[in-house]
Amino acid sequence: MTSARTKFLIGGALVLGTAGYLMATSIKETGTYYLTPTELATKLDADPGFRNTGVKIGARVVPGSIQRVPGGKEYAFRVTDGAKIVPVVYRGIAPDTFTDGVDVVVEGRMATDGTFHATTLLAKCASRYENAPDAEKYKQTPGYRAGAKA
Amino acid sequence: MILVGELALWVALLMAAWAATTSFAGGALGREDLVASGRRGLYATTAMMVLASIGLWTALLTHDFSLKYVASNTSANMPKVYVFAAFWGGQAGSMLFWALILSVYSAIAIRFVPVKARDLVPWACGTLAVILVFFIATVCFKANPYDRLSFVPADGRGMNPQLQNPGMAIHPPNLYLGYVATSIPFAFAIAALVTRRLDAEWLGIVRRWSLLSWFFLTIGITLGMWWAYVELGWSGYWAWDPVENASLLPWLTGTAFLHSIMIQEKRGMLRKWNVVLVVTTFLLAIFGTFITRSGIIESVHSFAQSPVGSWFATFFLTATATTIYFVATRLRDLEARAELESMVSREAAFLYNNVVLVGIAFSVLWGTLFPILSEWVRGSKITVGPPFFNTVNIPLGLLLLGLTGVGPLIAWRKASTSNLKRQFAVPTATGLIVGVVLFALGMRDGYALVAYTLAGFVAATIVQEFQKGISARRNIHGESIPVAVVRLIGRNRRRYGGYIVHAGIVVLFAAFAGLAFKKDHDVQMKAGEAKELVDPLGHRWRFVSQGVSTSETLNRFVTAVGLEVFRDGVPQGILTSEKRQYFDSNKQPQFQPSTEVGIRPSAKMDLYVVLAGVRDETAELRISFNPLVVWVWIGGMIMAIGGLIVMWPQAERRRAPSGYVATLEPKRELAATT
Repeated sequence: MTSARTKFLIGGALVLGTAGYLMATSIKETGTYYLTPTELATKLDADPGFRNTGVKIGARVVPGSIQRVPGGKEYAFRVTDGAKIVPVVYRGIAPDTFTDGVDVVVEGRMATDGTFHATTLLAKCASRYENAPDAEKYKQTPGYRAGAKA
Repeated sequence: MILVGELALWVALLMAAWAATTSFAGGALGREDLVASGRRGLYATTAMMVLASIGLWTALLTHDFSLKYVASNTSANMPKVYVFAAFWGGQAGSMLFWALILSVYSAIAIRFVPVKARDLVPWACGTLAVILVFFIATVCFKANPYDRLSFVPADGRGMNPQLQNPGMAIHPPNLYLGYVATSIPFAFAIAALVTRRLDAEWLGIVRRWSLLSWFFLTIGITLGMWWAYVELGWSGYWAWDPVENASLLPWLTGTAFLHSIMIQEKRGMLRKWNVVLVVTTFLLAIFGTFITRSGIIESVHSFAQSPVGSWFATFFLTATATTIYFVATRLRDLEARAELESMVSREAAFLYNNVVLVGIAFSVLWGTLFPILSEWVRGSKITVGPPFFNTVNIPLGLLLLGLTGVGPLIAWRKASTSNLKRQFAVPTATGLIVGVVLFALGMRDGYALVAYTLAGFVAATIVQEFQKGISARRNIHGESIPVAVVRLIGRNRRRYGGYIVHAGIVVLFAAFAGLAFKKDHDVQMKAGEAKELVDPLGHRWRFVSQGVSTSETLNRFVTAVGLEVFRDGVPQGILTSEKRQYFDSNKQPQFQPSTEVGIRPSAKMDLYVVLAGVRDETAELRISFNPLVVWVWIGGMIMAIGGLIVMWPQAERRRAPSGYVATLEPKRELAATT
């Protein structure tokens, strides 16, 4: 007769084992690479089949590159990490914070024509909760300019 | 006052350092005078922190824009209440706020320590003082809200409009109150380990403060979900974002501890495990603060990258190493006093509750850290999103829900077949009926069906317990039902308060399962144009656009669209959704535009309308039908109320010998052990 303790441990291992299995498989199935445009280019050069893998790109919107397809909810824009530029098309509602020069995370696939087809678009705003601490940025604000003039 | 506050902050740092040194020295040398001095040092720290905080509040409310913190987080035209709340709205202020709460908590905990736990005071006081030194030093050297600008701007930059919301004004303080409260159990755990007094003395204190922490975290998390739902406009309330996860982690381990401590109290088991849970909860709270502040993990919530990260990492590692050392050298003192006797027992149910809660916590932590871990191990960052968290946590959550019903009813030590039959026959039948009826009504979502079946089961166990208690009181004391309910809960707060918390959990899970039936529609509408949509319950909705209007108020331009709403042809009034552009006192636009969601809440389903944008007089809208969302807030509130009942200072200790409990309790105990 096995002790209650052993039985409990077996049960616990079963629960945690199942949880671990679910974690492993769902990471395999839904885990997404998070890359910069340069890293993506390197990966694609090494293995063109990588095209079929869904990835996230974290980069900055090239100022002035945002175009809206008239009448539709489609956006075309370019993102960059300073070294490489990736053209992106996105269908859907863009967040309020999506404007020139913001950091965005786009998720989707690279098409054969070299355009990234995004299914989600997240925009990050440095001043979302806390303004960046550097003084230079602060000097751009109207409050500063008014104060400096006075 | 501002200068006094700034000075007080530095004095507080010295006082905390003094309190730490003398407390530890007093404890090690057994010198009462040093211990007393350490205690007074702690009280002085608290007084100084209060002064330092009043100083910052003064600066904020008098709009002293020479302080960088005031200038970066407020502006002259902001509503007063948000100027007040700006205290914890930014990095430096929130760190000061944290230290303030910790100092007040510490003073209360040390001042009102029970006589029998006196020996723990020097070490607990010293540990708390060390934590205070860390936080105050971080404020002084790395994030000082008293830092001055080299000039005085005419106006400040204002607060992000998304934070100008009542939920956001009270959500962070609640979370902080919860996070910080985990320090007290940690300090007393360390004290108990150092002195090897690992019996009942420290458990009472630890349980009370863990409950307090749990209570505030519950409120804080619920408010956070509510804020995200009404303010961010993505028609959800939980995105498994790292910052959200960070608040959930200590809640999970804290909840696990509040259950496992009962096993230690009743049976003397799990003594090592409980120490580990107390410490883990504290470390997770610190970790949560750390990842929110350091920018180490990609999050849409992140505070800006900031210099406090490395300090936090050092503190975190030091605290972990200290704990591991003390637990490892005291393993013998932590031997269990009893063995698990049967798998069919309350102990086993509680143990599984712990396994599941810690399992959920681990998976959430793993998912949150996965981008960093994968980058270390494989060189490229891999992120996991909601699908990962849902795949793992929905089954675990449902298992937990089931245990919520089993745990409180099953007998200690070893449950007999008759105990099982008597307690679980009706609830099991109820749950199955709920499941079958919903299936017959056409519900086909597997997880939702399981969730509602289990919810029915757990709800029935709670009703059954209340009904038993009430009829016992009515038989013995001849009380009316309302009197019996009030007295039943009042005389046995821990037990019935716990059931109320469980009732909140049931409501919450029922609401979560409603998400399976959510529907979103993207539409474009010109003025006068109409759209028809069918909701998940089969009602036909008709929306007629009233066109786009613009206006200007206190500190914002508003673009609004009104929709005339009909449900099955019956007018439901007009629902307005806005886009706001905030400006400063020079009418210069500030921040990105923000969304004001039009929500028509109801018990069955929220109608949720977001104005995504306006193009050529055409409004682009996302219309969502969100079933059962209001029950998330209600469930959270029920849990908080239950927590309050459990926490309410116990009168039962005085009453226990006088008979009320004695007449009820033995019956149950007898029944439970046969």
